[in-house]
Amino acid sequence: MNSPLKRVAVACLLMFGLLMANVTYLGAVKAESLRNDSRNVRMLYARYSVDRGWITADNGKTTLAKTVDTGDKQFRFEREYPLGKPFTHVVGWFAPESSSGIEAAMNRYLDGSHPDLVVRRAIDMVSGKPAKGASVDLTLNTKAQEIAYRDLAGTGKRGAVVAIEPKTGKILTMVSVPSYDPNPLAKVDKAAVNKAYNRLDKDENKPLLNRAINLTFAPGSTFKTVTSAAYLSEDESRDENTMVDAPDSLPLPGTNISLPNYHGESCGGRATLVQALTISCNTPFAIMGMEVGYDKLKEQAEKFGVGQQLEIPLKVAPSDIGPDEGKAALAKTAIGQQSNQMTPLQMAMVAAGIANQGTVMKPYLVNKIMGPDGSEIDVTEPEELDEAVTPEVASELTKMMISVVEHGTGSAARLPGITVAGKTGTAETLPGKPSHAWFISFAPVGDPKVAVAVFVESGSAGNDATGGAVAAPIAHDVMQAVLGQ
Amino acid sequence: MTAKRRGAQLGMLAFAVLIVMGAYASVGLGLNGKVPSGMLGYGLGLGGLMLAAYLVLAKWAPWADPLLLPLVTLVNGVGLVMIYRLQEGGIKDASAANQLMWTALGVVMFSATLIVLKDHRTLQRFTYTAGFAGVVLLILPVLPFIGAEHYGARIWMNLGPFSLQPGEFAKLALVVFFAGYLVAKRDVLALAGRRLLFIDLPRARDLGPVLITWAVSIAVLVAEKDLGTSLLLFGAFIAMLYIATQRTSWVLIGFLLFVGGAFLAGQIFTHVQARFDGWLHADSPEVYNAGTSYQLMQGLFSIGSGGILGTGLGRGHPGLTPFSFSDFIFDATGEELGLTGLMAILMVYALIVERGLRTALAARDPFSKLLAGGLSFILAWQVFIIVGGVTRLIPLTGLVTPFMSAGGSALLANWMLIAALVRMSDAARRPPPQAIQDEGLTQVMQR
Repeated sequence: MNSPLKRVAVACLLMFGLLMANVTYLGAVKAESLRNDSRNVRMLYARYSVDRGWITADNGKTTLAKTVDTGDKQFRFEREYPLGKPFTHVVGWFAPESSSGIEAAMNRYLDGSHPDLVVRRAIDMVSGKPAKGASVDLTLNTKAQEIAYRDLAGTGKRGAVVAIEPKTGKILTMVSVPSYDPNPLAKVDKAAVNKAYNRLDKDENKPLLNRAINLTFAPGSTFKTVTSAAYLSEDESRDENTMVDAPDSLPLPGTNISLPNYHGESCGGRATLVQALTISCNTPFAIMGMEVGYDKLKEQAEKFGVGQQLEIPLKVAPSDIGPDEGKAALAKTAIGQQSNQMTPLQMAMVAAGIANQGTVMKPYLVNKIMGPDGSEIDVTEPEELDEAVTPEVASELTKMMISVVEHGTGSAARLPGITVAGKTGTAETLPGKPSHAWFISFAPVGDPKVAVAVFVESGSAGNDATGGAVAAPIAHDVMQAVLGQ
Repeated sequence: MTAKRRGAQLGMLAFAVLIVMGAYASVGLGLNGKVPSGMLGYGLGLGGLMLAAYLVLAKWAPWADPLLLPLVTLVNGVGLVMIYRLQEGGIKDASAANQLMWTALGVVMFSATLIVLKDHRTLQRFTYTAGFAGVVLLILPVLPFIGAEHYGARIWMNLGPFSLQPGEFAKLALVVFFAGYLVAKRDVLALAGRRLLFIDLPRARDLGPVLITWAVSIAVLVAEKDLGTSLLLFGAFIAMLYIATQRTSWVLIGFLLFVGGAFLAGQIFTHVQARFDGWLHADSPEVYNAGTSYQLMQGLFSIGSGGILGTGLGRGHPGLTPFSFSDFIFDATGEELGLTGLMAILMVYALIVERGLRTALAARDPFSKLLAGGLSFILAWQVFIIVGGVTRLIPLTGLVTPFMSAGGSALLANWMLIAALVRMSDAARRPPPQAIQDEGLTQVMQR
């Protein structure tokens, strides 16, 4: 009977082999997808078992997101956002099944799973302590942020404000209105969170969107700075006093339409560049755009960052001047219309680039990352994105923009004793629809500390809202808040 | 000559108890950050029990296989720790104290079997008594008043404050019966009938016993809604039939009969159909949401969440799977001890089976070979059915994970099974009595 016994032994071996192979498949190959299955509630427990790192600003002095130990066995650590609404779009929220903003983008540092923190985590695991994440300190200037939010929300309009430190690219302010309280989304009760989220998602004002970086809008006359940059860069002999054609109305080639100036105002037929920008004539910049050509204009825009998929570390929708659709279209593109679409962050980068002698710095939100023990893990080093224009061209552009504030449409942005450079924008959207209002500026000229872009969305701003009337006062307050320190 | 290796056995036994105590401490550290206060009691309890088992073994079966007892101690201990961990995790029905008590009774049964059963070959005399007892034990849960249905399977018997699963004891009785019966009839059953393709078919008139066993298995399946026990008994019978006759055709016939029967049952009875759906389409949202595969998927999530190294004892959420302390204890262990732990546990089971089969190979008479082979196979087969079920290798059938799952009947029966193997290994390894040769006087014919 030994030979059938041996065969039965082989069969047993085979059975154990099958079991082991199958267990290996589950525990090694399929483990990841089993672990992350939405029906596996452990995912949820794991999210709340980590003593998540805090999110701070002002060099750690202001707390934007903190973790509270509830002592609960399954959902031990809950998230709170003490400053609420003004910071929601940047800080984001940490919900049971999703997250947004910095909470999502920096998650691996915050929950301690990043490779940089692996040793620390292993020690926690062995000693049985709950895993502790790293803290993230943001570049935000909380005072300016709150003022920007108060101003913009106070007008009851939709829009965004972005402020950048021109020399480094630090984002000092990033506000999107309407905003919402992130705290209800950070609760552990999935059903309640979903309900709160769905309500926000269905809101016709789209509060969940971060208008500073998720959406692009026609930049209107603020884009004339870019057109001017291309025009000045093309020929070294050109400067602010170069005379350009400024007809009252410009027939667009290949069409039977004419391009008027704003409200049909006259710019006198001929004007210097600085005059044209100061009162924001349309026709001279349309002519300049056509003269420079689509390729050069696009190249100039790209040097300011247009078309790049930036991660700051939040993902930024790429801005775009639109496709090459012929001369008539180009004339409109040059004054920030047609298919020309920019994020408010992109326009802030234009202002910051001009302020920083033509060099655009890569914008960023994370100042530094602090380990659970308080040690510095990473400090962000400023990085150059591109040289948009030469220092000479930047200086001509600056002179033109100073004139806008001192003698032109941007007077609301004047600061006592400080030289401010700026440009207004009032962008047509659809025929018969109200305009977007824009303002970009920087200060102080010579030693720039802040560059701002303020955007107020179409339809919410009232019918005759202009950048100078609606957007410039907000830029004024934000610059003052940053410089006032 | 085989060595007794008693010292090695004692050393390994101590090692097994040490591992279990370490695991016990680890549960406390994982859950509360401190070593559990009752640890010394548990350790001394388990250590004392196993020392007693060892002493009985050393006295009444000194030549026994030295590996069996330490291996069983290890899986029994790990099961105990997991049940303790689940109890501390708030699973109401998991009771480590009960399991320890049943383990103690199991060791008592182990010792009693070794002491009473001086020679396992006496069992052959009780072939038909064992067969009758086995069938009665199988029928008990179906009877009114005594029998009881829990969780959809009518496999329980109420006995005062306890409920027993007589099927676990029926398993032992029936293997004894099969062994005795097959030893007697194997020559007839091995006769070849017609030849079909490459296989010698048995004669039609010899199909009787197979058909009867098949009918009993299907009856168990239908009356008790217990696919697991049905598959377990029938598989064991077929394997033993094969060992006795060497006829592959029996395996084929048995396989076809069972698959056919199960298929028919699946068509007729919804609970069998549900088991198949829950296996094939476990991941589909409809089947999952209907609850059919909920438990299985939760078990798989448990293993998956453990990954390769596991969360560590007391640090996962193994209690999320319903019946994590009984049917699904293997998955629960996988979450906290990881793939590594599961491989080790499977290895221990494989070693127990291997020692049993080795005993069968070394045994000197056909009855012992069949009994040892049958008991070893039924253990392997049970592990395959339940572990395969909870890891979605085969359809899920409710069976006990030997020595690990919470449950008294199974512990008692399996400890008795090990006692029988120990008894037979003692007989197989005992050196044969030396013939006294009176040199010069008698000429021994050398063959």
